[in-house]
Amino acid sequence: MPKLKLPRKSTNIDMTAMCDVAFLLLTFFMLATKFKPDEPVVVKTPSSISEIPLPDNDIMMITVDPKGRVFFSIDNKNMRKSLIENIDEYKKLGLTDQEKNMFAIGSSIGLPFNQLKSFLAAPPDQQKQFEQSAPGVPTDTTVNSDANELAAWIRSARNTNPKLRIVIKADESATYPEVKKVIHTLEGWKIFKFNLLTNLKAVPPGTAAYELQQGGKKES
Amino acid sequence: MAEMDTSSSGGHKKGPGVKKGKKLSTRVDLTPMVDLGFLLITFFMYTTTMAKPKTMEINMPYKDENIPPDKQSKVKESTAMTILLSKDHRVYYYEGIGSDPTNPPQLQVTYFKNKDGIRDAIIKKKQKVEEMQRQGLLTATDKATFLIKPDDNSTYDDLVNILDEMSINDVKVYAIVDITPVDKEFITKTEQANGIQ
Repeated sequence: MPKLKLPRKSTNIDMTAMCDVAFLLLTFFMLATKFKPDEPVVVKTPSSISEIPLPDNDIMMITVDPKGRVFFSIDNKNMRKSLIENIDEYKKLGLTDQEKNMFAIGSSIGLPFNQLKSFLAAPPDQQKQFEQSAPGVPTDTTVNSDANELAAWIRSARNTNPKLRIVIKADESATYPEVKKVIHTLEGWKIFKFNLLTNLKAVPPGTAAYELQQGGKKES
Repeated sequence: MAEMDTSSSGGHKKGPGVKKGKKLSTRVDLTPMVDLGFLLITFFMYTTTMAKPKTMEINMPYKDENIPPDKQSKVKESTAMTILLSKDHRVYYYEGIGSDPTNPPQLQVTYFKNKDGIRDAIIKKKQKVEEMQRQGLLTATDKATFLIKPDDNSTYDDLVNILDEMSINDVKVYAIVDITPVDKEFITKTEQANGIQ
């Protein structure tokens, strides 16, 4: 019997195809990733059955942390620039261009106006510390008082971009009076429609909303 | 393939003057590169937030100081139910709007629960209003109205929960109202009666 001569195969696998796939996926994830903007506070939002997604842009976010500190932010960088110019003019803070740029690239703001200049003038690593101990934007129940700085922020933000949607992101353990202050400030500017940021929760079965949801599904 | 045959086997002999350069394989081991690729993929997969946060829309009642009190919309005592939110996630509720001081309402205490909680009270109230409509005591435009009054000890969680109950039970008319001193008194009295600190 003649010996079958098997060709000796190399154990090296061609990695090219695998590499292609890996980098294709990598590219996808890199492009699809939208990094969370770093926020000075961790807020755990309560859950609701509401399924309305948060709009992508034109958001004014008012954050209330567990201690009741209020942080204010808007998303668009250009908008932030015009916002700080508006605030600077309105409150006469005397900010330099560099400080204004610093604000434009920053995240949320949780400081009273009198601390704003020193905060923006500080180097970035000190700003982090500043934010940790930030007292929050001073808020009041009446919109016209000088102490209500949140009202001034909202006013200026709405002046720069009237399309802004207002989202309140409050921690579930924040007490109601703190949230009430924010709501009253909004009401003072005749804003009666706004959004509350929540997590999604399943609709409890056997309720009216559950039947509506089920009914809608059957029809489609 | 991404490799070229550069093996010298069977290579033709070069002339004596030609230097015989050492032939290196152009075949690169791609394994570390793939490793790196997948490592980065894993990183991006973990950091990506695919689930977008959801929002709840809320419409506050229109408030204007210029509207005279007699023109403001009034809630009918028979269709209304007042829900008071208090500390430790307790929920008090009573029928009506508690406007009659001579006949103080009976406060019921409950919690946010799937069973025997505030939800059942809301459903009961809705059924009651529907029943009254059938009997002709109320017109078809009258709807069960819920007044939500969170007190100073309640948390934001309670507020969102009660608003959520409204959408769960398909309540069309509800409003967040500031708590009155009278309501606060009701809570204190009920707490004392039940021995709650």
